[in-house]
Order: sequence, then structure tokens, then C-alpha cells
Amino acid sequence: MKSHQSALTIILLSCVLTTTAFSATASSTEASTNVWRDVPPGPPDAILGIAQAFRECTAENKVNVCVGAYRDEKGQPWVLPSVRSAEEIMLSSENKEYLPIEGDAAFVNKALRFAYGANAPLDRIAGVQTLSGTGACRIGGEFLSQFYSSKNILVPDPTWGNHHKIFKECGLTVGTYRYYDRSTNRLDLQGMLEDLRNAPDGSTILLHACAHNPTGCDPTDEQWDQLLDVIRQKQHLIFFDSAYQGFASGDAEADAKALRRVMDAGYPMLLAQSFAKNFGLYGERCGTLSVVCHDVAQKDILMSQLKCIVRPMYSSPPKHGSSIVRTVLSDEKLTQQYYQECASMADRIQTMRQRLVQALQNVGSSHDWSHISEQIGMFAFTGMSAEMCDTLTDQYNIFLTRDGRISIAGLNDDNLGYVAKAIHSVTDGKSITSN
Amino acid sequence: MILPSISRSVLRQHSKAAARYATNIHASRTMSTSSSPWSQFEMAPTDPIVGLNEIYNKDDFPSKVIVGVGAYRDDLGKPYVLPCVREAEQILMDKNLDMEYTGIAGEPKFVDLALKFVYGEDSVPIQENRVHGVQALSGTGGLRVFGELMAKHGHKHIYVPNPTWGNHIPIFTNSGLEVRKYRYYDAESSDLDFTNMMKDIKDIPKGSLILMHACAHNPTGMDPTMEQWKEMSETIKKQGLVPFFDCAYQGFASGDPVKDASSVRMFVEDGHLISMVQSFSKNFGLYGQRIGALSVVGADEDEAKRVVSQMKMVIRPMYSNPPRQGARIVTTILEDPRLTQDFLDQCRGMADRINLMRTLLQDKLAEAGSTKNWDHITKQIGMFAYSGLNKDQVMEMREKHHVYCTADGRISMAGVTSGNVDYIANAIHDVSK
Repeated sequence: MKSHQSALTIILLSCVLTTTAFSATASSTEASTNVWRDVPPGPPDAILGIAQAFRECTAENKVNVCVGAYRDEKGQPWVLPSVRSAEEIMLSSENKEYLPIEGDAAFVNKALRFAYGANAPLDRIAGVQTLSGTGACRIGGEFLSQFYSSKNILVPDPTWGNHHKIFKECGLTVGTYRYYDRSTNRLDLQGMLEDLRNAPDGSTILLHACAHNPTGCDPTDEQWDQLLDVIRQKQHLIFFDSAYQGFASGDAEADAKALRRVMDAGYPMLLAQSFAKNFGLYGERCGTLSVVCHDVAQKDILMSQLKCIVRPMYSSPPKHGSSIVRTVLSDEKLTQQYYQECASMADRIQTMRQRLVQALQNVGSSHDWSHISEQIGMFAFTGMSAEMCDTLTDQYNIFLTRDGRISIAGLNDDNLGYVAKAIHSVTDGKSITSN
Repeated sequence: MILPSISRSVLRQHSKAAARYATNIHASRTMSTSSSPWSQFEMAPTDPIVGLNEIYNKDDFPSKVIVGVGAYRDDLGKPYVLPCVREAEQILMDKNLDMEYTGIAGEPKFVDLALKFVYGEDSVPIQENRVHGVQALSGTGGLRVFGELMAKHGHKHIYVPNPTWGNHIPIFTNSGLEVRKYRYYDAESSDLDFTNMMKDIKDIPKGSLILMHACAHNPTGMDPTMEQWKEMSETIKKQGLVPFFDCAYQGFASGDPVKDASSVRMFVEDGHLISMVQSFSKNFGLYGQRIGALSVVGADEDEAKRVVSQMKMVIRPMYSNPPRQGARIVTTILEDPRLTQDFLDQCRGMADRINLMRTLLQDKLAEAGSTKNWDHITKQIGMFAYSGLNKDQVMEMREKHHVYCTADGRISMAGVTSGNVDYIANAIHDVSK
């Protein structure tokens, strides 16, 4: 339930730029014709809008390094063979019945095992199936808004753009903590620690479990030590967003290290999990939201409350994606196959990452691009300015987000040279650390 | 029965308890699993419809029967996947499609076919390209997006029939709208309370949203006649209300999708700029795929498109974009004339079996010796029979006979089979005699 006048005001204010509240009291003769008259057009979504612009572009040399979806070496979407095999199995075995409100229990169990590890105490982790990562963040945010003592959530600066919108919709007050130092293209640890210290006690801190989006810059183990120290002192609540497990390093266990460390240490935490990238299930909207509880009884209580959030939003989640994940992870052979396929995606991206840096050097760029080599995951946070990005799009038909984020998955043998040349052209003689 | 939403006082209690607790843990130095932010919270009530499954599953009585959730069952009591759906799935497998994100509004082809299915291809606003919409997460998802959309655009309340589908209340409440009711059903006579409904509609303030069930009203199964719809259309126009249709049973109610869309099409012809949510859960049997559509009829094309752009603003921070498989299945069927005919036949088959069960149940009640008037069972239409049983009778039926229906006496006729109809009739008779 929306519970804050102030939050509603924030939401309404944020809509003022793009909407006007049109009169609900039209005259009787005009009413039918006036219903939608004053509705203004909503602005296009930053990321998805650029993807659309790419689709509409007719240039032959156009390059899509915008949306974070994997592409193979031919620049094509790739459906994992293990996923296809699961679908074949499901053709004869799946019915179309409603899932329970909380989703497919067997799937949620597999999903949480995947994230929390073989020895995790799943009996005291409240988990619900969600519509991928977005849905998980929304359910988690609504839950916090209704039931957690603090209405503050801090997200890293920068973060995935939709985080701000999602949590604002939940009625939470969204703040940021410094995360990325654009003057060094590295983690801003001191800024981060300071901002976490200054936040009110018990605030919710959103952390990317691995492969931070958009920067690709993750804390090291030692940096995690310091972060968790402050978080513990401040009694902050950790909300992990895990969208790239297995996809970041190629090793699903390694990519879950940070979140498992937090769980093992006994911190209360929430986890939003997405299978969009690692299973390639983007459009089937498959994920989970989980809350680590103290005991089974508490878990049951939280499950009941989470269900009360889901039911009036969409009743129950869509089953195709979750059935695929469940089918794969319930079959030993398919599971092995899956891990290899996921690793192959991560490997190709890693290779292209290194080759991009090499190519930039080869075309004569004198910039230090080492940050790109060190970053992890699907994206390279180049350091290019919005103007440079606009030039890349307008003059070179290279579509990226205006924060300088490139999806490495969109690079391949055919376009690597072209992209490197273009980046060099727009950055030569200019700074990539001045943002 | 109206689903009780979490009362504000309960919520405030939780917040206060949590705040107290947070202060306590601030005082303690160490973080441990016992200092959990969740320890003071109480179990929420189970959903009265979906929660019924949970209770039923725990019962180990061999002849137990559940007639709760509105999901179709064949005459053996088994879930039914329409053969045209299976065929569409095989076609899709052979096409080897990718799983990329679809747009925020979903598949344009799906939305186009869905809207034509309900509005009719020859509908004037469709021809004039001023009906637009989005793919939605079945009915619930479409209702939620619509509720949030309207709350963001100056609406404070929405009028729903009394009774209505229980989930309407928390959906709109959580959207930020106050839910108000207009009289609809007369429990005494088990009939539409048309006179009082019209009285209440005339009292609804100008510009208010009014929700109507397009056909096969849930839970009562009582629909207005075409003459009554006409009067409603005129009055709603005079009152300057904003009509919104919940269409969850098109094709499933009478067996004829065109007939089931009559009310909607009448309103459109009468010039109302309606909005509508469609579900494909029942008629296509795609319950778990969460496939539906939310649409508006605009005064012109640009206006309808602007509203859709605002719908997208609501969707993006809720789930980004909708799941593909259900949309692909419906598209595969509706874009193929032969598969469409198969669908119509199979959907009619489901409606026919339900109507047969209605007749059978009424007959069996008489056979069992009931002297009550059970005409409403065959008069009602759609998946449900609003039996008229009160809460005590429903509970007795559960405990004594292990027959499970929702506490409002709503029976899902889809769960009635030739194998269990005698048992059910006897149980109903036993608790109501």
C-alpha cells in the first residue's frame, strides 16, 4: 500500500515535467471526448529508446553497443542450447496452469541454491519468483516501503537508470552514494565509505553483487572488508542486485562471493536475482526476490507478506522462463552443459574486452584505457562524455548510452576495428577522465 | 467476497514495531542473526481465492473436491491445454526464435490481434487507428497498470460493482485509488439488482472511473441484458463517467467471442472512449503465461498513442517489459485462420461443458431433494455459480464434505465434472436444507 504523502508528492512532482493532471470533472457533454485529451506524451526510456533508435537506423555500418544483451561473434542473439533442450522437454511435460502467487517453488529453490550456494540455509530464506531483476527490485522496494523502519535507500552513483525509478515508485527516498571516480576511472572507495557513514543508521544500501552496471568496476576483497565494516557499524540493510552471476567472470561460484560472504556473516539482506543474462532468458522475465530471515517461522511470515504485494500487482509470475531454469538445473547433464555455455559467453566478452583495448592502442590512441581491461561484466565504462557519445551515434551510427557505457557483447570481429577507430576519433586530444 | 486488504492500522503497527526494534538494535554493538529487522512482523492473511488451494492440498480426504479457482478442468477434472495452443508451441519451436527483450508495450503484432479480437476488426475506432494498448500481465497486471496510470492522472477513486472479483480491491488500493462500490447483485433474489444499480450510477460524480465486467460477471455470473446495457451506456454518458471494462471471459462465457464482446462494442459504438483490460488466461487456457492487454479508445490516433506512452512509464519501473511466450502463442493462433477456427471450437467446447454442468448440477440438486430455487445456477453465465450459500454453510461444506469453494459461496463450475456432480449436489443440499 502507498503509505507516504511525501512519497506521493515526489512521484507527482516527478510527473509534472512530463504530465499534467487533467481534469476529472469534464462537463457532461464533453466527458466522453475529453477523457484522454490532456495526456502528454511520456519521454522515451533512455536505454530502450536508444535500442529503438538503433532498430530504426538504416545505415549499413550501424553498431549496437547499447542494450545489455549478449551477442555472438556474428552479432546475433544467442539462445543457449541447454535452454532449447529444456524447451523441447517442456513441450510435452508442461501444463499452462497458474503458478502459485510466490511462483514455482522448485524453481525458486534451484535459483536460491544457485545464488546462495550449496550449504545455504534455504529454509530460512523467504524467496518469491519475480519478473526478472526489475520485478525483484520492485517487490523488494515495496516490501521495504511497507515493512522496514527506514524509507531511505541508497544506490551507487552511477547505477542502472531504472533503479531510481523503481524505488521512487515504491515510495522510498532514493539517495546515492559515491561509487565511481570519474577522474581516475576507478572505484571511489573513500567517497563510498564516507557516504555510507553519513547515511542515517539502518538505511538500505543497494549493492551490485558483481559486474556493476554501468561501470563494470567491482570492489576488491579488501575493499569489501572496509565496506562491510561500515555497514555493520551503521546497521545498514544490504539489498543486493545480482544480474550477472556466472556471466561476469564465467564462474558462477566466484561471482556470488560477495553476496555469500554477507549472508554467511549473518547480515540481514535482500537479494534481487535475474536470469536474463546468464540464462539468456531476457524476454521471458525470470528472477527471484529473497530475504534472509532469522528462522523458519519468520520466513513463513515474510512469505505471506511478499505474497500480499505480488497478488495485487500481477497475481502470479509467468512460468515459461522459470520452467526452463528449473528443467535445466534439475538435470545433471543439462546443468553441466549450461555452466559451459554461460562460461563461453563470459569468455567471448572477456576476449573482446582485451581486444578493444588493444585495438584502441593500435589505432594510435594515447589514452590510458586500462580501466576497460580491469572492468568486469558486459559493459565497458569508457569515460567518454555525453557529447562524444552523441557524435559516435550521429556520425558513426554507433549506438550506446550517453554515459559512455558500451556493451562489449555487441562487439565482434566485423565491427571491432570500426568501433575502435570511431572511439579514437571522438576522444583524441580530449579528456576521458574529466566528467 | 471482498478480499480484506491489509488495514492501515495493522501496517502502522508494523512500522511502529519495526521502528522500536530498529532503535533497540542501534543500541547493541554487534550484528547477529537475532537482530533481524523482521522479527516483529505478523503473518498476513492468505488470499481467500488462491489460499483455498493451500487448504485443499493439506486435506487428505480421498473424495475431496475443489471448486475454487477459476481454472478450467476437463470432465476428468484435469487441467486442459488447448490443442491449438500445443500446436502453436510446436510451430514456435520450429521457428527457433530468440528470447530477446520485447518492447515495454510488448509485441505490437500481439497487441494488434488482441485488440481486434475484442473490439472487432470493423470497429470504427479500430479502422481509424485510434485504439491502442499494451501487452499486460494478464488481467491483474493490466488492471494494476491502469490503476496506477489513472492515479497519476488526477483520479482519486474508482467505482466497482458490489460484489466484484476480490482482487480488484487491493489492486486499485495499491494503485493509489479509493475503491467505491455501486450496487449490482441482489442476494435475496439471486439476480441482478438493476434498479438500485442505476440509482447508484446516477449518484457517481462526473468524471469518475466506473469498472464493468464485460461479460460473465465474477463472482455472480449475472450479466445485464442488452437492453440494460443500453440504459447503462446512456446513463454513463449523461453522467460523464469514464467507462473501464474488465474482459476476462471473452469466448468463454457463451462460447461465442463476438457475442461476449457485445457490451464493449455497444459502448464503443455509442461513442464512449472506453478503456479495457483483457485476459487470455481462461479463453486460451494460458493461465500461467500471464498474457493480456490493456487498451484505450482515443478521440484520435495521437491521443491514444500518448496514453500508451504513459502506460509505458508505469510498466518500466514495475517489470520493464512483458514475458514473450504467451504473446507468441496467441499471435501464432490468431494470425492463422485455421488455428483461429480451432481455437474458437475448443473455446466453445469448454463453455459448452460448463453449461452442461450447470444443468446437471441443478438437476442433481432437485434429485437430492432440495426444495430451494436453484434457477440462478443455469441463469448465470461463465465460469462461476454464485450459489447463495453463506459463509457458515461454505465452512460446513468444507469440514463435513471436503468440498472447497470460496467463502462467498462462489463455485467454479469448471471444477464440476460428471464424476463429482452428484457428490457436490448432495453436499450443497446437505448444508442448505
